[in-house]
Amino acid sequence: MSKGQILRVTGLVALLAAAVLFPVVFSNPVYTNYGVYTLVFVAVASAWNVFSGFSGYISLGHAVFFGSGAYALGIAARDWHVTGVGVFGLLPLAAAVGAVIAVPFGLIALRVRRHTFIVITIAVFFIFQLMAYNFSFTGGSSGVDAPFLPWQASTYNNPFYYITLACAVGMIALAWLIRRSRFGLQLRAIRDDEDRARGLGVHAMRVKLAAFALSGAVTALVGAVWFFYLTQVQPPSAFDPLFDLSVVLMAFLGGLGTVSGPVLGALIIEPGQLWLTANANGYISEILLGALFLVAVLLVPRGIIPTAGEYLRRLTTRGRAAIPTASATVPQAPDPAPAQEAQR
Amino acid sequence: MAREIYQAITDGILVGGVYALMAVGLTLIFGVLDIINIAQGIMVILGAYLSYELAARLHIDLFLGLLVTVPAMFVIGVVIQYAFIRPLRGRERMSMTLLVSYAVALIIEGILYETFGADDRQLSAWYVTSSVHVFGFYLPYIYLFGFALALLLVAALYALLYRTGFGRSVRATMQDETAARLVGIDTNRVAAITFGVGVAVTAAGGMVYGATNSFNPNSGYDLISRLLAIIILGGLGSIGGALAASIFMLTLESLVDIWQPTWAIVVFYAALVIVLVIRPTGFFGRQPVRAQ
Repeated sequence: MSKGQILRVTGLVALLAAAVLFPVVFSNPVYTNYGVYTLVFVAVASAWNVFSGFSGYISLGHAVFFGSGAYALGIAARDWHVTGVGVFGLLPLAAAVGAVIAVPFGLIALRVRRHTFIVITIAVFFIFQLMAYNFSFTGGSSGVDAPFLPWQASTYNNPFYYITLACAVGMIALAWLIRRSRFGLQLRAIRDDEDRARGLGVHAMRVKLAAFALSGAVTALVGAVWFFYLTQVQPPSAFDPLFDLSVVLMAFLGGLGTVSGPVLGALIIEPGQLWLTANANGYISEILLGALFLVAVLLVPRGIIPTAGEYLRRLTTRGRAAIPTASATVPQAPDPAPAQEAQR
Repeated sequence: MAREIYQAITDGILVGGVYALMAVGLTLIFGVLDIINIAQGIMVILGAYLSYELAARLHIDLFLGLLVTVPAMFVIGVVIQYAFIRPLRGRERMSMTLLVSYAVALIIEGILYETFGADDRQLSAWYVTSSVHVFGFYLPYIYLFGFALALLLVAALYALLYRTGFGRSVRATMQDETAARLVGIDTNRVAAITFGVGVAVTAAGGMVYGATNSFNPNSGYDLISRLLAIIILGGLGSIGGALAASIFMLTLESLVDIWQPTWAIVVFYAALVIVLVIRPTGFFGRQPVRAQ
C-alpha cells in the first residue's frame, strides 16, 4: 500500500471508530437523537446519489420509497401481530417493497429524461401521498403506529443508532463498490451521454432500472427503521416534499456523483436542520434552509468535495496539472528552489 | 345526472381558464430559459396574499388591485432571475435551477407563514358571493370574471409573442439560443423579461385562485404539482398545449369529482402518467422529450 492509501484507511477506521463510540461518549438521548436522524439521512442521501448522482436522472420522488417502507412494515406488523423486537426481522420486507415499487415506477418514469423525469417523480410522489390519505388499510390521516419496544428511555436511541449506522456504512460501501464497478461506469456513461452509451452497447433501461430499484430498496429499508424509531407514521410525514428537497440538497452541497459528497452534505445539513427546528420557529428554519441552499449553489455550484479537492490539488501542485496531459509536452524547467523551500 | 355533468364541464372549463393563465407563464419560462420554475405555485399564493392585503387594508377592488400586484410580481420575477437563475451555468444547470427555484419557493413560503400565519384565507368581494343564473345553472360571477380575465391575459400574451418585435426575439430564443445571440438578440434581457412576465401573470391567477379557493402558505405545493402535470401534458414550451391541457385536466377532474371526490385529484396525475406512456411528448410537444 502506498503512503496515501495507508493514510486514507487509517482516516476511515478512525472515523468509523468515532461513529461507533459516539453514543458511549455522548450518552444523552438528545445527542443520540441527532445521531440517529443524521445517519438516516447519510444512508438515504447516499442511496439517492447511487441512482440520481451517478445516472444524472434527478429524482424528486424518493420519499415514495421512504414512506412506503415505513407503511409496509407498519401494516405488516399490525396485520400479522408482530410485537417487540421481532419487528426488526421484517426489515428485509421493507427493502423488497421498495424494490417492487421501483420497477413499475421506473419503467414509466425512466422512459423520459431531464425535466419530464423530475416532474413524473413529483407526480408519483403526490399519488402516493394521496393513496396514504385515502386508502383504508393505511389508516387515513391518523396513520399507522409501530409496535411498542420495551426499552429504557435513557438508552432507547442506542440500538437505533447502531442499526442506522450499519445501514449508512453498508450503503456507503455499496456506493463505493458501484462507483468502481462496470455497473457504475455504465451509469456514469448514461449521465454523460445516454444515446452514445446505448450506441456503445449499454443496456440503458436495464442499468437505470437496476440502480433505481437498488436505491429505492435501501431508501425503503431506512424508512422502515425511521418508522420504528418515531413509532408512528402519517401521510404528511412519510411523504414529505421537504424530505425530497433535503436529500437532494445534501447530495448537491457535498458533491453530486461522488461517494463522500452526500455523506458530508448530510452530516452538515441534518444536524443543522434539527438544531434550527429545536431552537428557532419552524418557519424561520425553512427560510434559513432555503437561503443556505441558495448560498451553497451560488458559491460552490459543484459541491464541497469536488471544489475542495480541486483547491487542495492546486495547493499541492502549485498550479501545475497533477497529471501531465499528453498535449503538454512542452518541457518546462521548474525552478527547484521553491519546491525545496516548501519541503522544509 | 346529465345536469351535474353539464355543471361539471362548465366549472372545469371556467376554472381551467384560470389554470391556463398560470400554466402559460410556467411553460413560457421553460421555453425560453429551459428551466422549470418550481416557485410558480407559491408565486400564485403570494399574488393571492398581495391581493388580500390590498383589499383588506386599502379596500381596493380585487381586479383594480391587479394594476399594483401584476407589476410588483413582474419586478420580483426579474430580481429572482437576475440574482439566482442567471449565475447558473454548466452541466448541472438543469437540476440546479430546479433546486434554486425550490429553495426560492421555500423562502417565500416561510415568509408567508411568518407574516400571515397558517390560517386559511379567502378573498371576498360582491362578485365572489353572488351568482348569475344562466341556462338553469348558478354560476358565481367570479368564475365568469376570472375566465374573462384569463382569456384577456392569454390573448395579450399571445399578441406580445406573435405581434411584437420583442415577441419575435422571445420565439427566436426558444428555438435556438445561440443562433438568437448570433443575430444580435440580447438573450439575457429576453430571459429576464420572460421570467418576469411568466411570474407576473401569476398575480392575476393568484387573485382568481384566492377568490375561488381558500388558501394558506402551504397551498403552493398542490398548485405547482397540478401546473407541472398540465404543462408536461400539453408539451413543454407549448402555449397552446398548456391552454388545452388545463381545460382538459380541470374538466376531467370536476367530472370525476361527481362520483369520487377523494380520488378526483389522482386522476390528474394518473392522466399524466397514462398520456406519457403512450405519447412521451405530451399532446402538443413538437420535439420528442427524450431527445432534448
